[in-house]
Amino acid sequence: MTTPTTHVRPNYMLIWLYLFVMTIAEVLLAFELPVARNLKLILLLILAIWKAMLVALFFMHLKFERWRLRLIFIVPLPLAAILVTTVIMEKVW
Amino acid sequence: MTHATQALDQMRPPYPAEPGSGVYSNKLGMWVFLASDVMFFTALIGSYIVLRFGAPGEWARPGAVLNVPLTGLNTFLLICSSVSMVKAYAAIADGKKYFLRKVPGKRLQDGGLKFWLLITIICGAGFVSVQVVEYIKLVGHGFTPAGYREGSLLAEHAAADPIKYGLTVAGLYGSSFFTMTGFHGFHVTCGVISMLYLYFTKVLPEKYSPQDYRGIEVIGLYWHFVDLVWIILFTIVYLI
Repeated sequence: MTTPTTHVRPNYMLIWLYLFVMTIAEVLLAFELPVARNLKLILLLILAIWKAMLVALFFMHLKFERWRLRLIFIVPLPLAAILVTTVIMEKVW
Repeated sequence: MTHATQALDQMRPPYPAEPGSGVYSNKLGMWVFLASDVMFFTALIGSYIVLRFGAPGEWARPGAVLNVPLTGLNTFLLICSSVSMVKAYAAIADGKKYFLRKVPGKRLQDGGLKFWLLITIICGAGFVSVQVVEYIKLVGHGFTPAGYREGSLLAEHAAADPIKYGLTVAGLYGSSFFTMTGFHGFHVTCGVISMLYLYFTKVLPEKYSPQDYRGIEVIGLYWHFVDLVWIILFTIVYLI
């Protein structure tokens, strides 16, 4: 007897609501809230990465894909980080 | 007597998978392309970071030159298009090939593949249109890839308040802004053209079915990636 794994679809409208609210929060944080510049920069980057993760995991269905497919998308990310870090370090030196 | 529990996996359409990767080749090809596109945009964003933080002067302050409310609206439009794209995917997976259909007991009609993909195309075309209007206005006010045009409105503002408008590094600012948003806009335009092609050649003639909707899934992956990139670009170009 075999029981295949079943994935139920996520609530796409709820994800949309999260993205919408976070976009408003970003704009408010950037222009309205009195927050120190460095803290603001970190918070804005966290919000952007969080939104991007939501899109990748739920809209692109990475959360439900096999690991070997996820790796195709994940492998360039450390390479990208190395590229940016190397270029920045070259500039600093 | 044996009982086999047959459960439909809603996230994996029943196509023959390629050995090794476990997915069909069109989808694998799109993922490999997206992986290369990650590196492409990383190169752009990395260059932007180096130019901005290694520049001899301060960049223009957020909102000083760029129209953030208009771009915020554009971001919302692209997020909406991503949702409509995933709704199109879900619709065809459920066999809903129609445009709109009445559901007994419900006020709102149920949208099918034809409806949701059309909404995605409209939102995508809307995004590109707003970006074109933004470019025309920026260039009209004197913000060009080479910096502030002499004698323009922005050049006068920048002369009056050089720190707020980042006068000393305006050329770097202009060239990196137009390069990054321009390449992203090109990606969106390619996506809209591809979706239009699919709409007229496959969706309207009802060639997709719950057994085979690879085109929708593959273009959907591309479209969500374009949305994902914009989420990052909006933050680092317009808000920081």
